[in-house]
Amino acid sequence: MSGQQHSTQLQSDGRVPDGTLLEVTDLTTHFRTERGLVRAVDGVTFSLARGKALGVVGESGSGKTVLSRTIMGLLPSNAVNSGSVRFAGQEVLGLDAKQMRHLWGREMSMIFQNPMVSLNPLMKIGKQIQEPLHIHLGLDGRAARETAEQLLREVHIPEPTKRLDQYPHELSGGMRQRVMIAIAMACGPTLLFADEPTTALDVTVQAQILELIGEQRRERNMSVILVTHDLGVVAGHTDEIAVMYGGRLVEKAPTRELFANMKMPYTKSLMRSIPKLDDPSHTRLLTIPGRPPDLVNPPKGCRFAPRCAYARDKCLQEEPPLVTADTSPDHVYACWYPVGSPEFRERDAEIMATITTGVELGGTR
Amino acid sequence: MAGTGTAHLRDGDAVLRVEDLVVEFPIGRHQTVSAVAGISFDVMPGETLGIVGESGCGKSTTGRAIMQINEPTSGSVVFQGRDLTELSPEELRSARTKIQMIFQDPISSLNPRRKVRDSVKDPLDIWRRGTEQERFDLVDSVLEQVGIDPARAAESRPHEFSGGQCQRISIARSLVLDPTMIICDEPVSALDVSVQAQVLNLLEDLKAKYGLTLIFIAHDLAVVKNISDRVAVMYLGKLCEVADSDDLYARPAHPYTNVLVESIPVPDPEVAVTRAAAIGEPPSPVAPPSGCRFHPRCPNADELCSTTEPEIREIAPAHYVACHHPNVTPVTIGS
Ligand SMILES: Nc1ncnc2c1ncn2[C@@H]1O[C@H](COP(=O)(O)OP(=O)(O)OP(=O)(O)O)[C@@H](O)[C@H]1O
Ligand SMILES: Nc1ncnc2c1ncn2[C@@H]1O[C@H](COP(=O)(O)OP(=O)(O)OP(=O)(O)O)[C@@H](O)[C@H]1O
Ligand code: SF4
Ligand code: SF4
Ligand SMILES: [Mg+2]
Ligand SMILES: [Mg+2]
Repeated sequence: MSGQQHSTQLQSDGRVPDGTLLEVTDLTTHFRTERGLVRAVDGVTFSLARGKALGVVGESGSGKTVLSRTIMGLLPSNAVNSGSVRFAGQEVLGLDAKQMRHLWGREMSMIFQNPMVSLNPLMKIGKQIQEPLHIHLGLDGRAARETAEQLLREVHIPEPTKRLDQYPHELSGGMRQRVMIAIAMACGPTLLFADEPTTALDVTVQAQILELIGEQRRERNMSVILVTHDLGVVAGHTDEIAVMYGGRLVEKAPTRELFANMKMPYTKSLMRSIPKLDDPSHTRLLTIPGRPPDLVNPPKGCRFAPRCAYARDKCLQEEPPLVTADTSPDHVYACWYPVGSPEFRERDAEIMATITTGVELGGTR
Repeated sequence: MAGTGTAHLRDGDAVLRVEDLVVEFPIGRHQTVSAVAGISFDVMPGETLGIVGESGCGKSTTGRAIMQINEPTSGSVVFQGRDLTELSPEELRSARTKIQMIFQDPISSLNPRRKVRDSVKDPLDIWRRGTEQERFDLVDSVLEQVGIDPARAAESRPHEFSGGQCQRISIARSLVLDPTMIICDEPVSALDVSVQAQVLNLLEDLKAKYGLTLIFIAHDLAVVKNISDRVAVMYLGKLCEVADSDDLYARPAHPYTNVLVESIPVPDPEVAVTRAAAIGEPPSPVAPPSGCRFHPRCPNADELCSTTEPEIREIAPAHYVACHHPNVTPVTIGS
C-alpha cells in the first residue's frame, strides 16, 4: 500500500523506548487471490512492553493469525505488506527468511493450535526439542539432551527422561501441547505467540497450559501474544487485550479496564455471546446477527455497521477513527456511538423495550 | 466414579435407558482399551442430557454405542422400549431413523462434492418418504428453520459455507426424518463464540418446536450447563456424578467434578485466577487404576478408594454420586 522502504538488515538505532519490545505501526497484510485482494490485516497499530501478555480476540477470520504470522515473518508468497514492525528497536518487516531465522526460536517463537500437526510424528520428542537448541545455541550431544530434559521438567511433564525417547502419538493431547511449549521455550525467546493454544483441550488441561505460559513469562520476563476467540480465556491471563474485527484493531485496553468499561458494541456483543457459568441453564444467549465482513469488499464506514444494533447513518458512511477513552489513557476504541454515549443509551432503551428475555442489554456492566 | 450402579435411573417412560454399558476395543494381541466401563443413564422425553469429562473418557464412544456404531461389549440400550443391542440389522436400520447423531466437524460430515440441498434430502430418498416434490418442500422448510437459504443450498457445496453454516446444515440433515432423539457430539467445539451462541440457540428452538430429546456431549462445561437439564460427568469410562444442571454446578459433590468446575476460565479478570489445577495426567484406559479409577489423582482418596469401587448413590434429591468421600455431606433421603 504505502510502499514504504524497509531496512534490509537488523540494525538497532538505539531508540528503544523504555520497556517496549514490539512496536507495530499501520501494519497491513493483504493477500492476492482470484477473488481480489483479501485485506486480512488492515492498518493495525499497537505496542507491547517486555514481560507483558497481550490477548488478541475476535471472531474467526478477523485476522488474528495473519497478524501474528506477519510479525513473525511467516507469510505465503501471495501476501503483500506495508507499515512497520519494530522488534527491540529494529525494523523486521520485509526481512527475508534467512534474516528472520536469526530471530525465530531465539527471539520469537510460536505455539500453534494443533500440536499433532505441528509436531513431527516420525521424530522422537527429545530430538525435536534438541533441534532448535542445536541450530540457535549450538548445543550438541549430552548438553542438548540434558537441556531438553530440563525443559520437559519445566513444563511439568512427568518422567521426562523416558519421554525424550517417545514419539508424539504416545503422549496425550495436553502433554503434546506442553512439548510444543517446551520447544517454543527452548532458546528462551523474548516474545512468544500462542495461537489458540488451548482451544482443542479440556478445561483441566487448558487451565494448566495457561498457568504454565504465565509461569514461564514471569520467570523469563518474556512477552506473550495470546490469540483466541474466547474472551473468557484471556481474562485471567493477560495484561492487555486487543479486539480485532474485519482486519482492523477496533478496541484495545488493559484487561481490567476493558472488562470494566467496554466501549465497542462489538466487544460487548462478543462478551455476551459466551455462556456464563453464573447464569441458570437455558439462559438465552445473545448473538451477533449476520456474518463477519467479506475482506475483499469490506463495508464502507464502520465495518461492524451491518451487524451493529447501535448503527446510525454516520456509521454507514464514515469509518470511525481510533480514539482514547475517557476512562483511561491506555484505552482506545473505534466507534461513533460507544457504550454509554447518549446515542447508545437511546438505542439501548428501544432495544430493551422490544426484548422480553430479561437479559440485560444496558451499558453498565 | 468412577463407580457402578443404577440408583440414579428413574421410573417412568424414559426415551432412552442405558444399563451397564461396556465398550472395549481390542488393541494388539492381548490388550483391550476399557473405553466405557459399565455406565447407566436414562433420558426422559424432551430432556437434554449433557455428558462431560476430559478427552478420552469415553463420551463419543458412549454416543456411538447408543447408535450401535461401536458395538457394545455388554449392556443394554433400550430406546423407546426396544433394546437396540438385540435388533436385527434391518430393524436397527429403521430404529436409527429415530435417533440421529451430529458431529464436531461440520464440514467433513457433509459430502464435499454434492450440493448441500441434495445432501440434506438424502435420508428422505433412502427411506423413500413422500414424492420428490414433497421431499424438496420438507428439505426447504427445514433449511429455512435452521437459517439457511434453500436457493443458495441448491446451488452450493459445503466449502462455500462457513463452519457455523455447515453445522446448521448438518442439523437440518439430522432433522428431516423427524427423529425423536439427537445425539450431539461436540457440535459447537469447532466454532467461534458468536457462531456457537447462534447454534446453541438454534438447538433450543428446534427442541421446543419438534419436541426433541437431546444428548449433548462437550468438554466446555459452561456450554453444557447452558443447554442441559441434567448433566452426567464421566471419568475414564465411568460415571462420577449425575444431577440437574444448576444443582451440579452449584454443588459439585464428586472431587473430579469439582476439579472440572474449578478449571473453567471465568470471563472476568477480577476472579479469573485459576484455583484448583488438575492433578497430573489422566491414566491409561488400557490399564485403569483399581478401585475408584480417579484415586491416583483424587485429593480425598484413602485406602478404601484404591481397593473398592464406589457405587452410585443419591446424596441429595435427584443428585447422584459415585464416591466414597464426596465433597458434600450426604443427606439422608426419605426411607
Ligand atoms: N494465504 C492466504 N490467502 C488468502 N487469504 C488468506 C490467507 N490466509 C488467511 N487468509 C484470509 O485472511 C483472513 C484472516 O484470517 P486469519 O487466519 O488471520 O483469521 P483468524 O482471526 O485467525 O481466524 P480463526 O479464529 O478462524 O483462526 C481470513 O479471511 C482468511 O480467509
Ligand atoms: N476404535 C478404537 N480403537 C481403540 N481405542 C479406541 C477406539 N475408539 C476410541 N478408543 C479409545 O477409547 C477411549 C475413549 O475414547 P472417546 O473417543 O470415546 O473419548 P472422548 O471422551 O470422546 O474424548 P474427546 O473429548 O477427546 O473426544 C480413548 O482412550 C480412545 O483412545
Ligand atoms: S461505529 Fe456505529 S456501527 Fe460501528 S460499532 Fe460504533 S455504533 Fe456500531
Ligand atoms: S474420594 Fe475415593 S471414591 Fe471418591 S473420587 Fe476420590 S478416590 Fe474416588
Ligand atoms: Mg486463527
Ligand atoms: Mg469425543
